[in-house]
Amino acid sequence: MIKARVIVTLKNGVLDPQGKAIEGALGGLGFSSIGSVRQGKVFDVELDTADRAQAEAALEGMCERLLANTVIEDYSIAIT
Amino acid sequence: MKSAVIQLPGLNRDRDMIAALTKVSGRSPVTVWQTETEIPDVDLIVLPGGFSYGDYLRCGAIAARMPVMKAVAEKAAKGVMVIGVCNGFQILLESGLLPGALMRNASLKFVCREVKLQVANANTAFTRSYAPGQIIRCPVAHHDGNYFTDSKTLERIEGEGQVVFRYVEGTNPNGSINDIAAIVNRGGNVLGIMPHPENLIESAHGGTDGRLLFESVLGKAA
Repeated sequence: MIKARVIVTLKNGVLDPQGKAIEGALGGLGFSSIGSVRQGKVFDVELDTADRAQAEAALEGMCERLLANTVIEDYSIAIT
Repeated sequence: MKSAVIQLPGLNRDRDMIAALTKVSGRSPVTVWQTETEIPDVDLIVLPGGFSYGDYLRCGAIAARMPVMKAVAEKAAKGVMVIGVCNGFQILLESGLLPGALMRNASLKFVCREVKLQVANANTAFTRSYAPGQIIRCPVAHHDGNYFTDSKTLERIEGEGQVVFRYVEGTNPNGSINDIAAIVNRGGNVLGIMPHPENLIESAHGGTDGRLLFESVLGKAA
């Protein structure tokens, strides 16, 4: 069993209205040192294999084909 | 004109679309469920609006990976006319049949109201019954209609006349880049449109501004 965490975030330059709203709300709570906030997604994936290379290839495929929309999003994969 | 309406769990505008297509074409469309791998011989395939798969992950993302979408892509490659409305537009983008993405409305609010659209290209199979530059009324109802694409793609679709409708007169409801409301693919046979022309096709709807879109396609396929 291999466990992995996939993080999907909006590409730089893509407007993130939800991040902006969170940024505003944090400012409203008094966190005055905030530069900016961007919102993303986290996927914890368990793979039924012990082969790390195979798991990496599978995760890459998952990101490219479903987990991320590469028009607007970047992804990173960390095997834990 | 023979038409087909694709059905997926969570789509809820399919009946409106079936009614509109029946009214305009004079015959009922066939319905095709998401698990089908083949679509009957039709001139027009429509992906209606709604909330396929509850908008989980991203709007249209799961729907775009269902077996029927492979069949839609095959038909589109053969030149069959395809229209995706609202969630249908999101599904076409997620499946790669159209360029770009639809993001959360800039206001972060679900918007349900009427907007004004200008025909940005009257030279398409979907708009040829409209006058160039004509302004029409059309209802919108969505949370994720904020069209976005990278600057290179934007330049290309603008340059090649792939932008078909734009929001005008300050009615852009979602922050869409260049006020884009609808685009076609390079081949000109796949249309994605965020507003709902199927809800403005008879006088009982309070207007018929959307009817010409379906009449344009009907003429093309007849």
